[in-house]
Amino acid sequence: MKSVIAYITEILKGIWTLLTGMRVTAKYFFTPWKHITQQYPENRQTLKIAERFRGEVIMPHDENNEHKCTGCGICEINCPNGSIEIISKSVMTEEGKKRRAIDQHIYHLGMCTFCNLCIKACPTGAIVMGQKFEHAVWDRTSLTKVLNQPGSKIMEGVKD
Amino acid sequence: MAELKEVMITTDDIKTDEYLVNMGPQHPSTHGVLRLLVQLEGEIVHNVQPHIGYIHSGIEKMTESLSYPQIGHLTDRMDYLSAHMNNEAVALCVENALQIEVPDRVKYIRTIMAELSRLASHQLWWCVMGMDMGALTTFFYGLRDREEILDIFEETCGARLTVNYSIPGGLMFDIHPNFQRDVKAFIKKFRTKLPEYDRLLSGNVIFTERTKGVGFLSREDAIAYGVTGPTARASGFACDLRKHQPYSAYSKVNFNEVLSDVGDTYARYQVRIQEMWESMNIIEQLIDNIPEGDYAMKMKGVIKLPEGEFYQRVESARGEFGVFIVSDGKKNPYRVKFRSPGFSNLFAINHIAKGWKIADLVAIMSTFDLVIPDIDR
Repeated sequence: MKSVIAYITEILKGIWTLLTGMRVTAKYFFTPWKHITQQYPENRQTLKIAERFRGEVIMPHDENNEHKCTGCGICEINCPNGSIEIISKSVMTEEGKKRRAIDQHIYHLGMCTFCNLCIKACPTGAIVMGQKFEHAVWDRTSLTKVLNQPGSKIMEGVKD
Repeated sequence: MAELKEVMITTDDIKTDEYLVNMGPQHPSTHGVLRLLVQLEGEIVHNVQPHIGYIHSGIEKMTESLSYPQIGHLTDRMDYLSAHMNNEAVALCVENALQIEVPDRVKYIRTIMAELSRLASHQLWWCVMGMDMGALTTFFYGLRDREEILDIFEETCGARLTVNYSIPGGLMFDIHPNFQRDVKAFIKKFRTKLPEYDRLLSGNVIFTERTKGVGFLSREDAIAYGVTGPTARASGFACDLRKHQPYSAYSKVNFNEVLSDVGDTYARYQVRIQEMWESMNIIEQLIDNIPEGDYAMKMKGVIKLPEGEFYQRVESARGEFGVFIVSDGKKNPYRVKFRSPGFSNLFAINHIAKGWKIADLVAIMSTFDLVIPDIDR
């Protein structure tokens, strides 16, 4: 008799533990306005990305199409994956001196691990991390980008 | 009647051959590309042979051609769930080698970040543990709470998983102005959510039947196999480096080392759940007392370590994570060895799972909290 009672209590206890769990799920089932799901592609306009989010390396240009990059190549040295290539050229300044300038700042997005070391190392703050995160493309050659815009030149007063 | 007895066949009379089954590399409960060669007799596990190397990424070799600040971002990708601790280990090892002392602010922030990622890691472990047992609900509850920690990481570190936040000499950024507010809000909220975990899974009769008294690991065996972390503490092996060899700001906080002397699957489960409470205690003690100061020291452009061998170990979410650097005085290390907790923990599985059913093997493996890139670094 005792074993039968023990058997039945065990079953009832087991059912009770299941109901305890079910109560938690039921609470969320009947209060769905507290849900946390985001409708991602629909909420693109209102999506808030943290300002420090590391999406891609970008080179900000001002309204005169000027940037701060001197072409020193420190970001290239600091990059662990070789995703930055600096092609520099020498230009004549107004005083007639030769000076190094950036020709092409090539950035391979496909190789980048977003470690932030290039941005930390940049002495002039020419490159920053952008918040764009939708990088899917059809052709991987379009993942290689030239960061300095065509026809752009270095800002006045930025020296390395 | 006697004639009938002769023809009756019991299960002892059925002789079956042992057979080999590959569990993985694509098995969902191996949490990645881990292949277990399981020797079975019927349902009973006789031998488990882990085969690793399917996602070997050669991180140790790669570090030999990288400078010291560059190593950090690779350690994120080993044990991606405790990326902060891995970063911290490399940073501490380099700082010890250079014999520099980072500001108190750095130590406090590193400790808070490490505990937050321990929480996030245990949350993910909890939800995956439930999923391995067939309770899909837990998966969503765990991820819901983990999302809030990842949002805090995103705000301060700029990344959600592979953070690369601790660098030799300090931190990558200072904390975000909202950091303290968000962390406090999260802790307050999670203190009400964690009992929900208990109600959902810890008391569940199906779950307890499958975990209580399953897969024992004794204290002696845990030490012999080099098992560390919550897995070993569930067997009564006091191995918490935060307590016994404090680094960063752990010496300034009061917390209990969670121990259990049962050593079964349910004990390993409970130790991790209790560790979440302890992590929250640690964060609460530190979050209001972050001292003012610099978030990073001024380091040389090229960091060169003195010649010699340096070792630093930290307590990651899975156990003892060690970084061993052999330097020949150049800007790259001569050799780097990572002592990953998952690797040592995994190879105790043969000892534990022997004699249990194959369904128990899934439960045992789940409480080991394996991260495969950590094993296969």
